Amino acid sequence: MPVVKADLQACQGYANCVVGATDYFDLDDDGIVVVLRTEVPETDRLRVTEAARSCPVTALVVEDA
Amino acid sequence: MSDATVIVGSSIGGVRTAQSLRLEGYTGDIVLVGEETELPYDKPPLSKAVLAGTAEESSIRLLTGGDADAARIRLLLGHRAIGVDIAGRTLELEGHEPVGFDNLVIATGASARPSPWGQRPGIHVLRTLEDARRLRADLLSGGHLAVIGAGFIGAEAAATARSLGLDVTVIDPLPVPMSRIFNPEIGQWFGDLHRSNGVRTIFGTGVESLEGEQGSFVLRLTNGERLNASVVLVGIGAVPNDAWLASSGLLVDNGVVLDEFCRAVDAPAVYAVGDVARWRHLTHGEDTRIEHWTNAVEQASCVAHNITHPGAPRAYTPTEYVWSDQHDWKIQVVGRVGGGASHTVIGHPEAHGRFAALYTADGTSLRGAAIVNWPKALVACRRGMATGITVQELRDKLESQLDPQPVVAS
Repeated sequence: MPVVKADLQACQGYANCVVGATDYFDLDDDGIVVVLRTEVPETDRLRVTEAARSCPVTALVVEDA
Repeated sequence: MSDATVIVGSSIGGVRTAQSLRLEGYTGDIVLVGEETELPYDKPPLSKAVLAGTAEESSIRLLTGGDADAARIRLLLGHRAIGVDIAGRTLELEGHEPVGFDNLVIATGASARPSPWGQRPGIHVLRTLEDARRLRADLLSGGHLAVIGAGFIGAEAAATARSLGLDVTVIDPLPVPMSRIFNPEIGQWFGDLHRSNGVRTIFGTGVESLEGEQGSFVLRLTNGERLNASVVLVGIGAVPNDAWLASSGLLVDNGVVLDEFCRAVDAPAVYAVGDVARWRHLTHGEDTRIEHWTNAVEQASCVAHNITHPGAPRAYTPTEYVWSDQHDWKIQVVGRVGGGASHTVIGHPEAHGRFAALYTADGTSLRGAAIVNWPKALVACRRGMATGITVQELRDKLESQLDPQPVVAS
């Protein structure tokens, strides 16, 4: 199953991912991404990949595990 | 059946359209045409990390040759689009034979509005990677940078130049420059931010003339002042790159005019995304053109969907989002702010180090918000815009997070 990988050093807290897939991503108090679910079923792949690609600093990828 | 989508423009909107088409399962040919010979690169860092020299150029690439091959995206770089034959479905290029298409996506972006005070060495605009390289080279010589225009690009470049140790003056004809976007109270805080970081601001003043040469420019201002500068950056906005479409027959009016599905109103196989696209935003009830990174990405995704689902196209009705990093402020703007909307401010830059300004047109619903250095408020505003939160609900939620608590008026 595809998985979400987050680069916490790169994250700048823009929150595009939260808007794109609010059930997968949140921000903590410092504005760093929190991945709520790492495993992505095929039915969510397009939506979560688009959310990851909406990150302005490429801090998120969806990869085949 | 063979099918080909040709995308004109190799910046974020064009690249994301190509990638989203593959993600949607598009199996036809994809050709990505770019005027620059550079591999596609991302623009937001050009006024910040690239200009400061803290990011390598390789870190801002949107797509490598290997990425393109893996996604079967054919890169056709270094060729400027010069026209399109809609009936014949061919794109005309400079220095290359015409390219046929079934679907055309126009993603040619916008260009920096050129300096009306002449164009010669030492007078810069900032839009492309080459612009950033040239400006950085001049900034490294030190001296005094004069920035004409206090919009996002000018303000970010001014902050970066300060971090490189230059003396910086920002000039803008508006008395409170950010009042174009926000209300004057908030705009005033932006001016304070620059001044507290050592940037001299001359607001409410225009530039009458710019004389001299690199290293010894003299700006004559409308208030009679003469300002010396070694380098000048002109940041006075952008204009959509649509002139090449003049003979195409497509309706062009400050951008390519599109329907709610981002299809050209007069050519359904032609789409546009990003800075060059003026589409019918059904929620706003007006034709809308937005020069923001996130809009290009979201519009690319919508267009890729609509190309691959011609029987079930999606209307494009985004909530606007833009950010700007200036000195130690992370500024984020959601939805529509300023204008005639009334507003309420939660937090204060000095008392709390963070604030959010919430805007409403009807006194109840959230129309937009400007947030500085407050990630939780950003998430609350962005989620709230999607779910239809009221300003009062949002205000209650955010005030409880402030430390110290705001003084309650009796």
